[in-house]
Amino acid sequence: MPKHTFQLNGETVTVDVEDDVRILWVLRDVLGVTGPKYGCGINVCKACTSHINGKAFNPCAVPVGAIGPGDEITTIEGLADTAPGDGLHPMQDAWLEHDVAQCGYCQPGQIMTAVALVNRVRAENRAITEDDLDSIRNVCRCGTYSRIREAIRTGAARM
Amino acid sequence: MPHDQTTDPPATGLSRRSFVGYVMGGTGLVVAADLALGAAPAQAAGLPIPSVPQVPELYDLNDFLTHCTMPTSGLIAIHVDEQGDAHFALPRMEVGQGITTSTAMIIAEELDLPVERVHVTLAPARRELLFNQLTGGSNTTISTYTPIRVAAAVARKALLDAAAIQLGALVTTLSVKGGVIFDLLGNSLSYGDAAALAAPAQTKQVQVELKAAAERNVVGTPQRRVDALDAVTGRKKFAMDLTEVDVPDALPTMVCRAPDLNGRPVSVRNQAAVAAMPGVTHVAIIPTGVAVRARTFGQCIDAVRALDVEWKGGTVAGRSSADILEELRSAQLPLAVPRLGATTVEGDFVFHFRSGSALEPNCAVADVRDGTATVWGGLKSPIDAQSKVAKALGLPQAKVTVNVVQGGGSFGRKLFSDAAIEAAQASQAFGAPVKLMWHRADEPRQGRVHPMATSRVRATVLLGSVISFEQRHTSVSTDFTHGLGERLTAEVAALPTGLGNLGFSETVFLLSQELPYNFGVVTQLLNESDRDFDRFNTSSVRNIYSPDVRTANELIVDQLAAKLKLDPVAFRLKHLKSGIVKNVLRRAAELGEWGRQMPAGTAQGIAIHKEYKGATAVLVEIDCRRQTVDRRVRDAVTGPRVTKATVVVDCGLAINPLGVQAQMMGGFSDGMAQALTYSNHLVDGHFLEASWDNSAYTRQWNTPFEFRCEVVDSDREEPGGIGEAGVAASMAAVACAYARATGSMPTEFPINFHDPLHFEPKSFVPSVPASPTNGLDFVS
Ligand code: FES
Ligand code: FES
Repeated sequence: MPKHTFQLNGETVTVDVEDDVRILWVLRDVLGVTGPKYGCGINVCKACTSHINGKAFNPCAVPVGAIGPGDEITTIEGLADTAPGDGLHPMQDAWLEHDVAQCGYCQPGQIMTAVALVNRVRAENRAITEDDLDSIRNVCRCGTYSRIREAIRTGAARM
Repeated sequence: MPHDQTTDPPATGLSRRSFVGYVMGGTGLVVAADLALGAAPAQAAGLPIPSVPQVPELYDLNDFLTHCTMPTSGLIAIHVDEQGDAHFALPRMEVGQGITTSTAMIIAEELDLPVERVHVTLAPARRELLFNQLTGGSNTTISTYTPIRVAAAVARKALLDAAAIQLGALVTTLSVKGGVIFDLLGNSLSYGDAAALAAPAQTKQVQVELKAAAERNVVGTPQRRVDALDAVTGRKKFAMDLTEVDVPDALPTMVCRAPDLNGRPVSVRNQAAVAAMPGVTHVAIIPTGVAVRARTFGQCIDAVRALDVEWKGGTVAGRSSADILEELRSAQLPLAVPRLGATTVEGDFVFHFRSGSALEPNCAVADVRDGTATVWGGLKSPIDAQSKVAKALGLPQAKVTVNVVQGGGSFGRKLFSDAAIEAAQASQAFGAPVKLMWHRADEPRQGRVHPMATSRVRATVLLGSVISFEQRHTSVSTDFTHGLGERLTAEVAALPTGLGNLGFSETVFLLSQELPYNFGVVTQLLNESDRDFDRFNTSSVRNIYSPDVRTANELIVDQLAAKLKLDPVAFRLKHLKSGIVKNVLRRAAELGEWGRQMPAGTAQGIAIHKEYKGATAVLVEIDCRRQTVDRRVRDAVTGPRVTKATVVVDCGLAINPLGVQAQMMGGFSDGMAQALTYSNHLVDGHFLEASWDNSAYTRQWNTPFEFRCEVVDSDREEPGGIGEAGVAASMAAVACAYARATGSMPTEFPINFHDPLHFEPKSFVPSVPASPTNGLDFVS
């Protein structure tokens, strides 16, 4: 079986698995990293959202063979380490402050999307708009959407 | 209203504060209380049903659910450890509704311990609890509030008694702060040290007094969820997050399902080839399809897609939504009052199938070997799961262990143990442990749905008054066979006269539906078009009948108001029977600025609902202007936009107001989706929707820019139910707003049901879509 090496939450990992296995399953089933959730497997629910080289992506739709040793993947488990200080990432703190989670299943993906969105908007040198928030595709079947909007604004102010 | 129990003072048995509990003998401090304590519904038995007040005013579904928990004498226990922390295994299921948090708060309050030192876990199936381990009907807090308080009070008393001896002080002179006991001289003893001294050699009965309302400082304050940190760091574990360490060798398993709804497998034509695919370890037929086990779920998906299976036809082969509608219409019970020309206001409403699926798919872990079975899953009726798994495997029930894991949402779905049964069957067939998960595509297509229904309403106005209001709700059968239904047989004798002759669905309908208006002669009846639970896979999806029933009601109420030339709020206030409903309505109108000037094509809508020992009012503003309806978001169902929502709820004693607001927000998302966008299309024997790109549940692009929820202070001492209370009034308010903005009353829900499909239906064979490989093109 082919070997694949990439960076995961700040560490180099190597796995023995077929090229076409999607990264979501490499993370969850092979490496036991279960923060990214399965909600559709076809890149529409966004429950699996993680970061690749600092940008949001959906590992259910990327074969492990498509990435290489230089690619840095960050899952919710590694998010806090990307921010200064010992605590959580400011977006995670905002989530706690607004008590966003209900069942919590969608929330790792929501937070990873939110952080990438704020970074993107910031790179464009502008503030978050209602349209930016409307463009978030992550499903929350518990319906926490309004608190998500509030938390993103709080988190953005502190990032 | 003399019979309005939500405004009456608490009946006998509910206002007492003195109860008996137990300090268990042995080592360590374990205290217990009877789970049936305080559960006596006010008017449980033998009351005649007067013709005027409807049944729920006297005895509602929650009374029935509470009643069902009474005869079981199961004890619930709290353990105080050497650190002085309290531990409690809740015989209910957390699916996001916040009951672990509210339960921790209740214990913390009575025990005078910080909330973070109370550890609430979920109890495995406890057969001795019989029917007292079912999470549903928003009944958890209503039925467990008193027993949990009693157990915590017993623990506090045992700790104080022990401390009094140790400190040489009188119990009455001791005080507690943050889990430390102090005497008047400033000497102290921690709960941990006291716990070591408190355990008696023999179990003894003790009497305790519960805290009075004025002494509370935890219950009623906003408290963030106890599992929030785990949720935002990815540490919260759901069933599919159990790893090698938890259940060694439980490999990913998926099921290939039939193209038709409920089609069944006959044979596999390429078993050997699929078994030889990369990562695949096992392939076997189980009753509901063909199960495959592999190293990763991705390889399961590939194997499911490769399977060549011969199928038996489904349970609704060739049938479509229109056929079911015809069936419902012909099953409709007649209205009693004839149509009387200009004095009649009527409506004929259709509510389409909608998936009850949570974001976490159906899933369970199972290990069946050597004549025993162990199952892990997010199960709301674990005792029922235990018996069904046992039956499916041909094992005695005592050989089946069911462990309850936190669930990723439920909405009625997890009352059923479909995935646990399949996991057990697959594990038995393979002779190996499995981690079985449904593919998302199977959820709307083969999973449980809210039954399609019609509602016919006719009201009569005479001389400026509403003199009759009749409703005939006709529904595809709802499956209540998750254990509660069986209980009914045993409980019938104790039900108020007249209920015993009804089928279970009718009973639930009668116990939950209440038209809270004075409209003269009121009749509401349910009929089910067939009694065949196997045809459609249904469940009592969040709030059961109420969202549809109330949407039909409230639309007609607006019509009546218009006919009598009254403002919708004024008309409602004039006719409402209950003080708490009027109160929430008035408050919502005030907070949401009812009656403010709105541009053409936009409007406000308002609706109320009374259930779960409380009341909800929702006021929304909707924008139905062309430029809004046609706004474009990539691959999105947009349509009318609710721009603002105001919810006011009175749920009796609100244990955790922050949690109540969260549940209202969730209920609102459901209600709005059901009114505007969310449904299943039945075409030619199967549902077309196969994933979140097809099922248009509420998304950010549908979410109101402003959402506000106020929990009103209630003077009632008992908590009401909150998990479902937000759905009905939300759906109704959105429908009413849409009617006012467009000038025509919608009669079919969701309103976009007949729009051209916004998606290309996915294939039925293979039954699941391939995972894309182009994810890096969308990096953002
Ligand atoms: S599981 Fe990856 S987007 Fe849904
Ligand atoms: S919190 Fe349950 S799906 Fe979002």
